[in-house]
This record gives sequence, structure tokens and C-alpha cells, in this order.
Amino acid sequence: MPTTAPRGVGHLRGDEPFPVAARRSLADAQLRRNLGHATSTIRAKSAAVIDEVPDWQELREAGSAIKADTMARLPELLQQLETAVVAAGGTVHWAVDAVEANRIVTDLVTATGTDRVMKVKSMATQEIGLNEALEAAGIEPVETDLAELIVQLGRDKPSHILVPAIHRNRAEIREIFLREMPGVDPSLTDEPAILAAAARRHLRRTFLSTRVAISGANFAVAETGALAVVESEGNGRMCLTLPDTLITVMGIEKVIPTWADLEVFLQLLPRASTGERMNPYTSMWTGVTPGDGPQDFHLVLLDNGRSAVLADEVGRQALHCIRCSACLNVCPVYERTGGHAYGSVYPGPIGAVLSPQLTGVEDNASLPYASSLCGACFDACPVKIDIPSILVHLRAEHVTAYRSEHRLPSAEAVTMAAAAYTMDHLPMYEAAQRGSRLARFAGRRGRGLPPPLSGWTVGRDLPQPPPQTFREWWTQR
Amino acid sequence: MRIALFVTCLADTLFPEAAKATVRLLERLGHEVVFPQDQTCCGQMHINTGYPDDALRLVRRHVRTFAPYDVVVAPSASCVGSVRHQHALVARRAGDERLASQAEEIARRTYELSELLVDVLGLTDLDAYYPHRVTYHPTCHSLRMIRVGDKPLRLLRAVRGLDLVELPQAEQCCGFGGTFALKNADTSTAMLADKMRHVLATKADVCTAGDASCLMHIGGGLARLRTGVRTVHLAEILANTEPAPAPAGRAQRKTDGVPA
Repeated sequence: MPTTAPRGVGHLRGDEPFPVAARRSLADAQLRRNLGHATSTIRAKSAAVIDEVPDWQELREAGSAIKADTMARLPELLQQLETAVVAAGGTVHWAVDAVEANRIVTDLVTATGTDRVMKVKSMATQEIGLNEALEAAGIEPVETDLAELIVQLGRDKPSHILVPAIHRNRAEIREIFLREMPGVDPSLTDEPAILAAAARRHLRRTFLSTRVAISGANFAVAETGALAVVESEGNGRMCLTLPDTLITVMGIEKVIPTWADLEVFLQLLPRASTGERMNPYTSMWTGVTPGDGPQDFHLVLLDNGRSAVLADEVGRQALHCIRCSACLNVCPVYERTGGHAYGSVYPGPIGAVLSPQLTGVEDNASLPYASSLCGACFDACPVKIDIPSILVHLRAEHVTAYRSEHRLPSAEAVTMAAAAYTMDHLPMYEAAQRGSRLARFAGRRGRGLPPPLSGWTVGRDLPQPPPQTFREWWTQR
Repeated sequence: MRIALFVTCLADTLFPEAAKATVRLLERLGHEVVFPQDQTCCGQMHINTGYPDDALRLVRRHVRTFAPYDVVVAPSASCVGSVRHQHALVARRAGDERLASQAEEIARRTYELSELLVDVLGLTDLDAYYPHRVTYHPTCHSLRMIRVGDKPLRLLRAVRGLDLVELPQAEQCCGFGGTFALKNADTSTAMLADKMRHVLATKADVCTAGDASCLMHIGGGLARLRTGVRTVHLAEILANTEPAPAPAGRAQRKTDGVPA
């Protein structure tokens, strides 16, 4: 059985269950305003540019089909990728989990003799906690994506896959820069252009004086060994071209079979994610080219639980994810709780299915329930991942896991079994219906109910049971 | 046409007016409604909470109960969605291929009320009369699970006397989500608060939908705030006629000071 992502390293598990963490975010009015504004803006932008594409549904089908094909022959494609990367002058490393990946990257950086690296925003390195591992080895990682830099300077955690600082507004960002950015102009205002210029001055020094860069990858083409990063700011391109050594850490699911397949994803990704027709910067590189760009290229292929996801025939769809974050932007739960409540670098609907699968469902048992199953995520997903079905599947996995680990069934399991039994025995069901009228004893608005039913009365009245059920009416008519 | 009513456990137990209205409406249109008495619950709550094994017996019961009927109707998009998209999965998960194919057959003959009226019976004008300002909440499962589209709106637009007002951000979930409302009560309440804000912004007297469950949630919130806005199932509006008006609202709301 393939192993899951190890405990004690990386950022896939939260310290507290979702409902507890969510309660804190829900009480933060500023956070809810920031999130509500940002997600509704990006939703509208994205919907407008998707409407322009007459074959959007066919593109989604194509993206979904390419990903399904990729997953069906992942080992073969990864070997093909390795052969192509090596032939182009790169080196390929295989990392079974976060611990191994961090060690490989740290050793590679240490071998160059540098004590500072610059980073292209990367979910994979966030997932494995690479920054912390580098710092522990005396190496300073500098994030160069603007939003990621804001999070790093603020000693904060990212709360969105694409817009890590979505939970911050510009006044908060100004304060972070004033407090944490070395040599910042003290008369800084909260104008976006002024803030961006300050970050640019800060980052230029890093770009020109740092010899090693670490990136993620959006795609890797098996047939040619080409890697691709798409971004909006150009800082990523600086990282990918200026240093002597480039180390890319990539989840094994990011491989695609052919160069032509990129055509589909480069149409789907920007429209679904940032609401742009095309992302401003698309960088691609294949191994090394003498005299141009990094002269030493390493590709670290990361498993960290992905093989376990692949082994689950329902859940494996989660590996189709191209990290566009469209599901976050349409999710009514994410919009109100923000990303931190999910406790993982992968928040929102995709995080609620991916994180519990990477860690094993018991390590993130509250996440599959962090959804009302409204289905907006499924409709928004550019590669048609059926997130609601995976959520329901994982809930059943959790119940099964709980059952095998505990001698006594949970109170919920007892209730559910009793309810199913009752509903399968007509006289008992009819008696229970009559019993529902006893609910009047719960108080006029149901405020006397025991947990978990008391959750209902946080903000709603209970319906008053009618004097007669439908079936009683039917029998008497 | 002979139509079997799949009443749903929620309408049977707590919202019989929605089910009675469905019967009255279909009989008024000249159809024979039968009520297979062995039915109880489709098992959606069990399936969505992680208990497909417990739901299996309810899927069996549902299949056994509805196998003899050619057309089945339910006043709930959510329960129809479960029959269509979950029953066969639950059966297959248990290795019962025969049950799965029976469930698929029944699913093909099972319609949500607006689907039956518009697609099967070919009607949009039902000669209904409902002189109120009404806003329509398209429940998530109507919208995205069984895709009823604008059928309920077409039916509502044909109701005489009815002033239909558009609900802002109508497509956003009300936050019910079955056991989600209990397990994530705070998030659910936050979603409900926004939904209620939008309902109140329409200045409607009545908020309607095709699912008693979502209406129970929204109505429970509106009653708690003593807004005076009633929640009424789509079937109750469509069943209402000028010569034979349906009983207005539910008894509970009267105690909350509903304007006449």
C-alpha cells in the first residue's frame, strides 16, 4: 500500500478541526470583507472571459481526458520525462516524501556554497515546508512572488492557492512592508503601484545577487522534458533565467504526455484562475543550454502521498487539479472562512479532497465535511473534477476508518444506523413521525435541543411539526 | 396519467402542505396520483454523511416500492438528485449490480415537480393564482445536480397575480447542506445570513423554492429574525387557484406575526 505524507513536516495538516478554525475566521469582519470582495471580483472577471470562448465545455472535456490518460499511465510518463530531462542535461531526483525532498534540495543548495536562494511561488514547496527546512540548514529562502513575499514578510500563512495574500487589504500590506522590508521608504502609501514599486526595488537586489533559485512547475512535458511555469509578474522569469543553478520541485501528477497537450491547459488555466485570456508570463525550459540561463538544472519529482491518491479510483481525480483555484473563488464556504481554516496549503474545495487523501483521511477528518455539497466547485473546475462526489466518498472512508480503529461506534454511527433501521420498518417510521410532534418539548424555537442538534438553533427556528403527516392525511382523505 | 408520488420523508413528516399541494395540483390537471405507502426515505442524508452501507437498505426499499410505477414525481430536487446520482452508486459499492440497474431504471422515470410539469406534461401555464410578491431561490441541487434550469421560473411567470422579483446572488447556497448545518453550524449560519439579506432586499412577501429542506433552513432563519417573510414550496403556489385558494403559509408562521 503506498504511503501517505509523513507527519511532523510540511503544511498539509491543521492543528484544529475545520469548524473550530472556521469560527475564528467567521468572527473576523475585516477578513470576511476582504475575502468577499476579492472572490466576487475574480468570479465576475473569470465568468466574463470564459463566456468569450465558444468551446469552453469541449476544452474542459479535453483537459479532463488528458489528465485521465496521464493518471492511467503515470509511471511510464514519468520515466519518459526523466529520460528526456537527463538527455537535455538536467538531473532527476525522486523523492518519496517531504522529508526526502527537503533533504535533496537542502543538499543541492549546500553543495553550491550559497546561503540564500530565491524562490518562484510553488505549492509543492509550501506543501513540504521547504522554507523551514532551508532555514534550519542556515539557508535564507526569499519568496519573489509579490503575494507570497507579503505572506513571508508578515510571518503569515498563505490562504489561497493563487492569491496567497487574498486575506490582506492594501492598508495591511503597507504596514507589513513598513515593519519588515529592509530599507523601505518610510513615506510609503497604500497605493497599489507604490507598494508594487517598493517590492520591486527590494526584489531586484535579490535577483541580481542570488545564484540559486527554486521553482515549482505547472506542467512538465514527458515527450520533450520541457518544464513550464506560468505567472503574472515576471519575477518568476527572473528566477528561472538569472541564477546559475535552478532546482524545480514538482508533484508527480504535473506531467503531461505531449507538447500539444499544453495548448489545452494554457487556454483553461488563465481564464479559470485569474480571469485573464492569457497569463502575462509563460516560461519554458528544457534542461540546460550552454551560455544561456542556469547551467545546472535539477528536477525533484515528489510523491508525498500522491501514489496513495492514485490508488483510490474515486479520489484520484483530485490529482487532475491544475491549481487554478477556480473552486476556491466560487465556494460559499471558502468565501466566508478563508483559507487558514482548512489548515493545509491546499484550502477550499480542492483542498478538502486533496489534503485528506495525501495525509490519510484520519489526519484531516473534518475537511471532507467542510462543504455543503452545493456543487459550485464542480461546475467551475476547468478539468471537471467531481469534487462533491469525492467529498462524499471520503466521508464514507472516514466512517470506515473510524469504525476499524475504535471498538465502540461513534454516537453519530449509532444514530445513523438506528435511523436507517427505523426508516426501513414502516410501523417504527410512522411511530417516529408521531414522535416528532414531541419535539414541541424542545421549546418553542427548539432552543432546548442537545448537541449536535443544538447547532441548528444557532440562528434558525425549528419548524413546528404539523398536526398531521402527509400519510395520515392520505389515509383519511 | 397515473403518477406515483415520492413524497420524501421531510415533506411527509414536517411539510405535508408541499406534498398535499402536489397531489391537488396534479389531480386538478386531470391525472391520477397514487401514494405507494411503503416508501420512507431515499437515504440521501446517510449517503452524504458517510453512511452508504446504512443507506443500502433504504435504496432497496425505495427500489422495491417504486418498481411498479411508470412515472414518479417528488416535490424535491435534492431527493430526485439522490435517486438519480447516488442510488446506483450505493448499490454498486455493495456489489449488487442487479439493484444498481433497477435503481437506474427508476431514476429514469423519476421527475422533480417542475420537470414533470414542463418536460413530461408540456405545461407552463397551470391556471394558478397567487397574488403576492414572490422571490425564487434556485436550490443547489435544482441548479447543479439535476439542472432544472429555468423551468420553475417559467411556471412562476405564468401564475396570475404573482409579482416575481429576482433574488440577488440567487445561485449561492443557503448553507443548509443536510448535516452540514449541524457539523459546521457557524459557517452555515454565515451563509444563511447572506441569503436572508438578499431575500429581504427583494422586499418579497414570500420566498419559494423546489426543496422543503432549503426552505426549512431559510424559513427557520427568517422566523428567528421575525422578518414576516414566509417560505412557501413551489408546489403550494402552483396548486393555488382563485376559486379554490390553498391554505396560506404554515400555521407556525402565524405566531410570528405574519402580515395578512
